[in-house]
Amino acid sequence: MSIDDQIQEFVVTRRPDLVRFAALQLRDPALAEDVVQETLMAAMHGAAEFGSRSSVKTWVYSILKRKIIDTLRTRRREVPISQLGDAGEDDDGVEGLFDQRGFWATEHRPHRWADPEDSLEQQQFWRVFEVCLDRLPERTSRVFMMRELLELDVAEICQELAIATSNCWVILYRARMGLRRCLDETWFAR
Amino acid sequence: MMNCKQATQLMSQELDRPLTWRERMALHLHNLMCSGCHNYRKQMAFLRSALRSRSGGD
Repeated sequence: MSIDDQIQEFVVTRRPDLVRFAALQLRDPALAEDVVQETLMAAMHGAAEFGSRSSVKTWVYSILKRKIIDTLRTRRREVPISQLGDAGEDDDGVEGLFDQRGFWATEHRPHRWADPEDSLEQQQFWRVFEVCLDRLPERTSRVFMMRELLELDVAEICQELAIATSNCWVILYRARMGLRRCLDETWFAR
Repeated sequence: MMNCKQATQLMSQELDRPLTWRERMALHLHNLMCSGCHNYRKQMAFLRSALRSRSGGD
């Protein structure tokens, strides 16, 4: 199969995944469609330079990530990160997980997750995952997705958003705590 | 001894920066005795790999 055909096939079968990936981060379905459309055009157009350095999936996602970063950057000029809603960031339930000495409260102590790898194969798991991501406060989820989905390093994120490194770590910690707890309660505890 | 709150903070940070030797030792000792944090660490690694598998990091 030629590179053009491989890209065509990927686009047709995986387009919904790409749109969901973009929508999670942009929180705007119409804008996500636009960004994916641009990505696909860029992918088709750049097929010649793709060669076979990586898989089509990795390559298309790398283009999409760059476009999402650009879009977030443009939008941030309009809405600074400090203005994003982040209700209750100071008390988002992390404190309540531990006792006064800072050890797990008995009812919150993490239990082993059964066969997490199997969950990855299940569509339903990803829906739960997305709902859990969506539940994070907006600013928290923005930083977390820049780190885990766009794979920027902490220094880049801090610089980009003009926040202190230590603050970045705290936000990422809260995001992971919140996501872990949500998955634990809605998926693994079934 | 390090408590669970400090341990979970370090287990989050180890996904974002290299821990110092001292931090790694303290965390290791804590997790030997704490099943909750031992499980937490595995779950953090799972979250990372799940998200990366989604976005083309295969």
